Amino acid sequence: MSSESRAAKAAKIRQTLAAEGEAVAANTKGFNEGRYESVGGLDDYEGLKERARAIKEDAIERLPELIEQVRASVEANGGTVYLADDAADANRYIAEVVADRDADTLVKSKSMTTEEIEVNDHLEARGTDVWETDLGEFVLQVADEAPSHIVAPAIHKSREGIAELFNAHFEPDEPLETAEELTQFAREYLGERIEEAEVGMTGANFVAADTGTLALVTSEGNARKTVQATDTHVAVAGVEKLVPNLRDLHPFVELIGRSGTGQDITSYISLFSPPGESPTVEFDGEAPLSEQDADREFHLVLLDNGRMAMREDDQLRETLYCIRCSACANSCANFQQVGGHAFGGETYSGGIATGWEAGVHGEDSASEFNDLCTGCSRCVNQCPVKIDIPWINTVVRDRLNREGAPSEFEFLVDGLSPDAEPSGLDIQKRFFGNFGTLAKLGSATAPLSNWLASADASRRLLERFVGIDSRRELPSFERETLVEWFADRGPRVGPEAADREAVLYPDVYTNHIQTERGKAAVRTLEALGVRVRVPEAPESGRAPLSQGMVATADELASETYAALAEHVDAGRDVVVIEPSDLAMFHREYERLLPEAAHERLADASYEVMEYVYGLLENGAPGDALAGGDGERVAYHSHCQQRTLGLAGHTEAVLEALDYDVLTSDVECCGMAGSFGYKSEYYDLSRAVGEDLGEQFREPDARDRTVVASGTSCLEQLDSLLSRPSRHPVQLVDPGR
Amino acid sequence: MSAKATDEFEESLEGLGVTWSRTTAAAFEATLADAVTGPAVGVGLPFEGVSLAGTDVTSDPTPAELDAAATGVTAAEFAIADYGSVVLRPDAPGTEPVALYPERHVAVLAESDVVPDMETAFGRLADAMTDEAGDAIIATGPSATADMGSLVKGAHGPKDVHVVVLEDR
Repeated sequence: MSSESRAAKAAKIRQTLAAEGEAVAANTKGFNEGRYESVGGLDDYEGLKERARAIKEDAIERLPELIEQVRASVEANGGTVYLADDAADANRYIAEVVADRDADTLVKSKSMTTEEIEVNDHLEARGTDVWETDLGEFVLQVADEAPSHIVAPAIHKSREGIAELFNAHFEPDEPLETAEELTQFAREYLGERIEEAEVGMTGANFVAADTGTLALVTSEGNARKTVQATDTHVAVAGVEKLVPNLRDLHPFVELIGRSGTGQDITSYISLFSPPGESPTVEFDGEAPLSEQDADREFHLVLLDNGRMAMREDDQLRETLYCIRCSACANSCANFQQVGGHAFGGETYSGGIATGWEAGVHGEDSASEFNDLCTGCSRCVNQCPVKIDIPWINTVVRDRLNREGAPSEFEFLVDGLSPDAEPSGLDIQKRFFGNFGTLAKLGSATAPLSNWLASADASRRLLERFVGIDSRRELPSFERETLVEWFADRGPRVGPEAADREAVLYPDVYTNHIQTERGKAAVRTLEALGVRVRVPEAPESGRAPLSQGMVATADELASETYAALAEHVDAGRDVVVIEPSDLAMFHREYERLLPEAAHERLADASYEVMEYVYGLLENGAPGDALAGGDGERVAYHSHCQQRTLGLAGHTEAVLEALDYDVLTSDVECCGMAGSFGYKSEYYDLSRAVGEDLGEQFREPDARDRTVVASGTSCLEQLDSLLSRPSRHPVQLVDPGR
Repeated sequence: MSAKATDEFEESLEGLGVTWSRTTAAAFEATLADAVTGPAVGVGLPFEGVSLAGTDVTSDPTPAELDAAATGVTAAEFAIADYGSVVLRPDAPGTEPVALYPERHVAVLAESDVVPDMETAFGRLADAMTDEAGDAIIATGPSATADMGSLVKGAHGPKDVHVVVLEDR
């Protein structure tokens, strides 16, 4: 990307932040909190997620068979199934149904799949009036805007904005103002459209193959009316919406509302096995309901549009398990700031949108927003079907990387990049992806490297050609690495005196930049009777993986495993300070290493404070560490550490050592490794960070010592607060 | 079903802002009269000894009567205790339009038809719908929207829901 296109991207993000950020943030954070609360009320949340996942895996595996089954069951009910190859095929079929019915008006309930095929435009061009009856979609239809969220499409609009829009567009006798007035007006206006309509179009959240039943998850009642009031029903559903049996809907019904907007259940779960026998009500007729004609017609349009190819794609297949609940969007710190207009492609938005856009519209449709996924992984545990959404983003990023043409400035990073990537990879991605090499060079030439890097001329060059924002302070490399320091110093716990043996993994940040936290960790573990070693080891692969450089990450994973395997085999624990590297060992190495290697390393590796917690629990002397004596601490855990369920250990250790701990509750600090350094994302990164900054400037927090687990978090906090921040192990360090 | 399930059901209704009354087949007409706001329309009820005939509720309404109605009275096939849901079955006599169009929906439920949870509910629905496909609406509270800037009860569907529980059915 050129510096001009970075600047244009930054400007677009600033514009979205200013115009829509406030409304988007209020809504998505509300949904996010609602989800935590609502799933907390389930007896067996994990069990339901596992069942939902298993049903989806089975359904996608057996998809061709289920398509034939649903064709038979829908036909037995009196309906028709049409399997559409692509958007054009689906639109052609639907237009024929509408023409055969001689329909002037078609009413719709909310459906992202019909957005995907842009059926409204297709029908309107052929003279049919199309009305969205979901109130959020109706607002957007009037405003001629695209959805900013897959479940709540108009979250970027405020009540005031909607009132202004309606008053200007409809010119009501009395200007509309309150949400009640706006709702009542829309109900009446759309009620007339529903009464006029001959055709009703819905999507489907699920389709049960055994009974030919559609499940529609709604709260307004518009889907019910759309079906009830029209005699011709067209349902458009992606083929992936099929589940084998009606009974399989159970876990999804319990999960979908909770995962999305944080409602235990929506007002209506409609199970329709059309055409059905409910009388359509002709309001100009005289006959009572029981004598009304129920001559209904039903067309199920099952859409392929790339899905069967996704099914064959080992990396994209999981996307088909998605139930479009929006949990990944609502739990995403970046999405919470900008919403789907920035964090979305042609149709879909949020974390999983990369998979959908790549699958149905092509990878290019994901390229604009794919980098907004920082891999923080907060969405992973929120997904009701357990999709590894960051991995899908990484894979698509890798595929996009391979499409680029070589840059004329490639020579600037050539010396830094012994990577396994194709030439043509964006220079910024190559720079950050090779951070391990850069750090080695930085330490070897420090302090010269630091002076050079911070010189105005260098910063201008870095900003112009690499896209590193000059408003960010660059990390300062230590001349003596942690490994060198330890080699000189040697272990202080003898083999006989040792209760345990551990290797402290010298992650690239601890080894070259934050060496003090590494030394504190060594002293802390030794004080608890651990014989520590700090061997040479490669960068884990996190840096290249975050840039979508999967091949490079794969090589580094193998090298890192090779460097640590002998220690693991010798019974030594692997202690990791940087949570993003520990997350590599636990999560991503599953995809980069053979199964046995991944399991062996993951089982042996621990986050440093988790390890301290374990030592204390097993009787190591807590008084050997620096106690807090009531010291007030503000703690920000690391996003990936929280996904691994390891934030509580730090809190527990600090509390056991008499620190008074307050923990932040934001999803991510916004720095996310390289993300906050990139000039096109600087403003967004700051906006995300500001939520954390605000929490730590509250009256109860502003005098507290600030600690954070991740390097990025520390850098972001240092830029947000006037107080310094450090790693929690530096608090308990007996040498403090 | 057990008294415990009914207690839980009523507790759930309270959380949803749905009102309810307990009655018997013998006292049904008087209870229903209190529960409806006129004009009211309804569809025939399947419970023995319980009928709309002796009430002010118009059975099998014309479209004009449906349009003018303030309350719609239908049977609920069963209810789900831990969610406070009633399960409606759209049918030829018009349960769906009567439950959907008027501002107030009164669902009449036999106490023996309260099931404890969603899993049991789907077992029951699957048993009922596998041999002969049909429709079902799991309705939980009134219709609602948050699309106009804040939560509003009463969107396209009913604004108020009331459940009449028949203790002896």
